[in-house]
Amino acid sequence: MSSEAVLFYAFGGLAAASAVVVVASRNIVRMAVALLFALGGVAGLYFLLAAEFLAAVQLVIYAGGTLILIVFGVMLTSKSPFTRLQPRPIEVGIALGIGTLLLAVLVSGILLADCAGAFASEPLPADQGYPMQTLGQALLGDFLLPFELVSVLLLVVMIGAAYLAKARRRPE
Amino acid sequence: MMLAQFNLGEVGLTHYLMLAALLFVCGLVTILTKRNAIGILIGVELVLNAANVNLVAFNRFSHGAAAGGVLLSGQVFAVFVIVLAAAEAAVALAIFLNFYNNFSTIDVERASNLKG
Amino acid sequence: MQSVLASLADGSRTVFQRFIFGDSPQPLSPWLELAYSLAIIAVPITGLVALIGMIAIWGERKVAGHIQSRPGPNRVGPFGLFQSIADGIKLILKEDLIPRQADRPLFRMAPYLAFAPVFAAFVALPFGPEMTFEPRLNAGVFFILAVLSVEVMGVILAGWASNNKWSVYGAMREACQMVSYEIPLGLSIIVAVMAAGTLNMVQLGLLQGGGLHTWLIFRNPFTFLAFILFFVASLASNKRAPFDLPESESELVAGFHTEYSGMRFAFFFFAEYAAMFVVGAVAAALFLGAWHDPFGLLGYYHQRFTAQGALGGLVAVNLIGAAIFTAKASLIVFVQMWLRWTLPRPRIDQVLYACVKVLLPMACVVMLGAAVWQLFVAEPVGIPWAPAPVGYEPFSLAGYRAAGWTASLVAQIILSAVGVGLFLAVCGWVMYAALHARRVRPRLFEPSPIADKRQEIAGA
Repeated sequence: MSSEAVLFYAFGGLAAASAVVVVASRNIVRMAVALLFALGGVAGLYFLLAAEFLAAVQLVIYAGGTLILIVFGVMLTSKSPFTRLQPRPIEVGIALGIGTLLLAVLVSGILLADCAGAFASEPLPADQGYPMQTLGQALLGDFLLPFELVSVLLLVVMIGAAYLAKARRRPE
Repeated sequence: MMLAQFNLGEVGLTHYLMLAALLFVCGLVTILTKRNAIGILIGVELVLNAANVNLVAFNRFSHGAAAGGVLLSGQVFAVFVIVLAAAEAAVALAIFLNFYNNFSTIDVERASNLKG
Repeated sequence: MQSVLASLADGSRTVFQRFIFGDSPQPLSPWLELAYSLAIIAVPITGLVALIGMIAIWGERKVAGHIQSRPGPNRVGPFGLFQSIADGIKLILKEDLIPRQADRPLFRMAPYLAFAPVFAAFVALPFGPEMTFEPRLNAGVFFILAVLSVEVMGVILAGWASNNKWSVYGAMREACQMVSYEIPLGLSIIVAVMAAGTLNMVQLGLLQGGGLHTWLIFRNPFTFLAFILFFVASLASNKRAPFDLPESESELVAGFHTEYSGMRFAFFFFAEYAAMFVVGAVAAALFLGAWHDPFGLLGYYHQRFTAQGALGGLVAVNLIGAAIFTAKASLIVFVQMWLRWTLPRPRIDQVLYACVKVLLPMACVVMLGAAVWQLFVAEPVGIPWAPAPVGYEPFSLAGYRAAGWTASLVAQIILSAVGVGLFLAVCGWVMYAALHARRVRPRLFEPSPIADKRQEIAGA
């Protein structure tokens, strides 16, 4: 077992265990903390997959932005710290059944797929890694149109979210 | 990626894909079971993360450059997905805050005004 | 360049790993190699963080005292140097209180969540050209920014899990402030990175080696402004100096860490001072020339020793460079402490106003200006002594002119003159104040009054 495998199991185990805690937990704040660990585990996996910039982006935007937003939302919409909203058991049963079925289908699809021609299972040789300049040039070169569209989208989202969340006086 | 080639010691594409499948299913079950609207949003974030792991794993393990494609398209995809997930979380939370202001609860079971 | 962790598998190693394992082609058992790598990185960083925490706390109290014309700690050891050890012993011996209604797992986890990201940020700091814990981190600066933004979550959890209204207020204010100020922080880092052309901390350090005028703060007037912006934004990002509303002692008891006592509180303290040092270190690495002295001697000798392969010389260069780097970072930490005891504290809405309506437009203008400057003024590219531009001799000004970078050189020299002038003016002002404060000096250096009184009583 190489050290890459050890680190994969460490980060992957962290992400998977945190995802299971998100499903099983009934306290919304604990779900948010488990999501933090899941995002951290996925960021570790990105480091393993030679995507350092993406791992840093994940930590800044997801763990340090979206998650903070979610925790703010939790704090602003909870009446008491430990409210529990329980779903009906039949719903939980159906959901778990669908989940297990889907997991079985996905895993068997991954294991039985035979696409050795399109994708190799060896990673790129180490000296053909991804320098940072390539990512920047790709963003401003091949992917310029999505880049500009996303910036317009972010402007629209900022204005829309600010307008939607504006405090309105309740009709008396 | 046949069954015979999968072994625990040497990490390959299959491992990452199975982890992503597990994350996806956990996110999906979260969306299906939680009554708190923010819990559903957390499930959506898990699903998006699973998709990102898939994208980056395929980017690493495929020889896209040799086939004439862009070397880093998987990572660029993943960057856009992260940005769009953040945007969507912002709008979703604004909507949830409005819902809470109107119904004084964050329980999605109460959102049944349009029910026939 | 390779990814950091993925290359552990194929046997390429950093300096520290090579120090342990030599250059043997066959790696040892991967468990052992991983364990050794973790130990050789974690143990020095833990030592560094603990040392920085202790010295910074002592320094803070001394600086606070002298600014308020009182001596500060002076009982425990000469100049109160062992005060931190005494404080540490006290904190360890305190009772471990957890409020009954608090969320116990989250309450316990919060100090570690606040401390671990700062700990991780030390991995990328360039103490010397070969003395970096992880020199191959191609996104080094961005990595530090990323882990510092995970710290926000620890603070929010601390406030929430305490089950205390005032802690929650402190935590919410803190989250707003830290997240908002990451934007000007990031934009000012982008300005420096644009001028440098790389995100790698070691390369950023290497390219500032040609003397005072090659430091990135003097590269163009916009990086000069970006340094000031970075400093102000980092103050707010550390919940420090005039922006310390989250822990405002006079308003919220202690803000988000009200309910924490003993070693848990010590973790938050360590996290704060270590974050101050990290931010000061990033400012030093990005703007103030990393490990280089103002005359370019270290860069010159590093180049010579690398060409000759002289190991002793390289070790000396690295050690001196590490000392200079730590001194620069400590200078910035000292200025942060100085500001804390000088400026009053604005309200939270004023803090956010300053971020969104003052610093953010300034940062955007500075970034635009830097981009336009780089478009029209030819600037030296790359690391001066990498084999790139021919005829570019970094230690001779004629080399600049020969390569056609005259305008940039003139700008650099003017800015260095301005910068050095400002620095000397401030130092002169401080020394003038110190030498002419007649009534203050006896109060600052008088011996402890209890000893006098005891002698008096014993003599009577």
